[in-house]
Amino acid sequence: MSDVTNTATPKRKSFIQTLELDTRLLGMIGAFVLICLVFNLLTDGRFLTPRNIFNLTIQTVSVAIMATGMVFIIVTRHIDLACGALLATCSAAMAMTQTAWLPEILGIGLGHPLTPWIAIAVGVVIGTVIGAFQGWLVGYMAIPAFIVTLGGLLVWRNVGWYQTSGQTIGPLDPTFMKFGGINGTLGETWSWIFGAVAVLAALYGLWSSRRTKLSHGFAVKPLWAEFTMAALISGGIVGFIATLNSYQIPERRLARMFAARGEDMPEGFTASYGLPISVLLLIAIAIGMTVIAKRTRLGRYIFATGGNPDAAELSGINTRMLTVKVFALMGALCAISAVVASARLTNHSNDIGTLDELRVIAAAVIGGTALAGGIGTIHGAILGALIMQSLQSGMAMVGVDAPLQNIVVGAVLVAAVFIDIVYRKRTGAK
Amino acid sequence: MATPLVELKDISISFGGVKAVDHVSLDLHAGEVVGLLGHNGAGKSTLIKILSGAYQKDSGEILIEGKPADIRSPRDARRFNIETIYQTLALADNLDAASNLFLGRELTNALGFVDDGRMEAETAKIMARLNPNFKKLKEPVSALSGGQRQSVAIARAVYFNAKILIMDEPTAALGVHETAMVADLIQELKKQGLGIFLISHDTREMLELCDRVSVMKNGQLIGTERVEDVTEDDILSMIIMGKKPEAA
Repeated sequence: MSDVTNTATPKRKSFIQTLELDTRLLGMIGAFVLICLVFNLLTDGRFLTPRNIFNLTIQTVSVAIMATGMVFIIVTRHIDLACGALLATCSAAMAMTQTAWLPEILGIGLGHPLTPWIAIAVGVVIGTVIGAFQGWLVGYMAIPAFIVTLGGLLVWRNVGWYQTSGQTIGPLDPTFMKFGGINGTLGETWSWIFGAVAVLAALYGLWSSRRTKLSHGFAVKPLWAEFTMAALISGGIVGFIATLNSYQIPERRLARMFAARGEDMPEGFTASYGLPISVLLLIAIAIGMTVIAKRTRLGRYIFATGGNPDAAELSGINTRMLTVKVFALMGALCAISAVVASARLTNHSNDIGTLDELRVIAAAVIGGTALAGGIGTIHGAILGALIMQSLQSGMAMVGVDAPLQNIVVGAVLVAAVFIDIVYRKRTGAK
Repeated sequence: MATPLVELKDISISFGGVKAVDHVSLDLHAGEVVGLLGHNGAGKSTLIKILSGAYQKDSGEILIEGKPADIRSPRDARRFNIETIYQTLALADNLDAASNLFLGRELTNALGFVDDGRMEAETAKIMARLNPNFKKLKEPVSALSGGQRQSVAIARAVYFNAKILIMDEPTAALGVHETAMVADLIQELKKQGLGIFLISHDTREMLELCDRVSVMKNGQLIGTERVEDVTEDDILSMIIMGKKPEAA
């Protein structure tokens, strides 16, 4: 890119450059769209139905939440192989809290208004503490993260097993299960309200960033480029909400819901699912993690440490404490993922989150996080998780044999990293 | 004579039985440039890293403006207005110039979020003074030339009102033109009353830039001389033989 700007006249920029779009992100979106279109063709249009898109999003959430934390871990040149196992420990603790410990200690059971929140709090505390402990071993005891979390993989999965004596625990609290996806959605009206708020927030973001640049006298994009960006973002949000809203709740299920309330369903009544609460949770986490990455000292130190640990240390950054914080954050995110995963399955089982650590690492890496450290984005990791999940469920829908599915996913991971290496070389090692 | 800005008294540090710095004493006055010379492994960088907080001394004492200073970390050193330009530049290659300049001392807005706009504007200002050709404010510093990277490292040391500046091989990676720029900068900072420790291999350059030079060998201080009292050959014999020139 640098030779282009040096030799060509500086005034003439391409359409994409003027919009200041990240070409790497565009490539990933392109790959995702391609995957969707190919599977849509192979499944005679079943892949891109509102129903499948809805399922795809709720299947992605659990891995995507952990992938945002994995970005920070990999950016600081560490790795976390224990996140799937930690998810299982947190899930087990939350299931036991709801079904056994709370009824025993406080005498409140499933359906009590406090139950889900106490359970989630217990899970998040356990996740954060275990994460911080692993971070302490890595940061202060100088044990490589690979070893600490490889050990953690074995330890935490089986701590989960001990808590439940190996049993599947369910059903879970009804409010708790709303975080899983299909059992907890916003409905049509609230989904549209959320969409409207999101569009307004995006427009405000664009406007305030332009205002900040102008106030410091920096160059800004031409106005038409700003409007194009605004239209693209708004269109994306509205399209997404419209798609989810067009997934109707099946008639028989509606009838059951009315029957449960002792009412009769009016003739011709329809309702749609709308935005799942779990997706809302992922969006909130994505925004929070992006703010941490871009706008806080913690985020700045994470990326500086990843870029050059010695420089960070010499700049007065406590890199050991930073490691503890990053792993603690990852632990909290594992617990939140555990809420979503166990709520989606409506129970806790021993094998929950098995191999998730590999999916999470793959999502982060496909999303552009460099294992050498210092580079990675939150939105990239979420897109990476979405690409992985689309491949997997697309192949399942087409009827690809299970072993072949994993072979393809593995090959795609390696190919994606290879393409990324070539891309970075071409554009001058960004 | 006025109280020295910095006094290093009887400083020692060992790494696994090797005495990297062996009972060395040095001082530095305001508006003075003191050069440290010696072979690779003579202990110059180690001594200076004790002052900048990167290493902790085994024994000895550091006085800043006559008062004992307890420097245990780079953060402590910054509190005493000691700034260091490391030989390796100590830049985070993946971040842009502004993020590097303010690393560890970010400007924040009322909500506590880092204020990139303000930091970038400040960086543009100081860069206009130090290196008018510097334009790549948005690029990660890995995309910059050696001279531009050096400017970022120098800007970081100068921006925060340093009193004591440590420059470890500041011109090692630079071309002729940029080396001259660094020399001008050293003269300007000296006039502003900063004390500067300069480390270099280039004896001739040191005799031009410094007021006094200290020579180290095998962790020991061979001697400190005013530049007008010695020739280049005297210095070389101190570096190589570890002996003071014979008084003629």
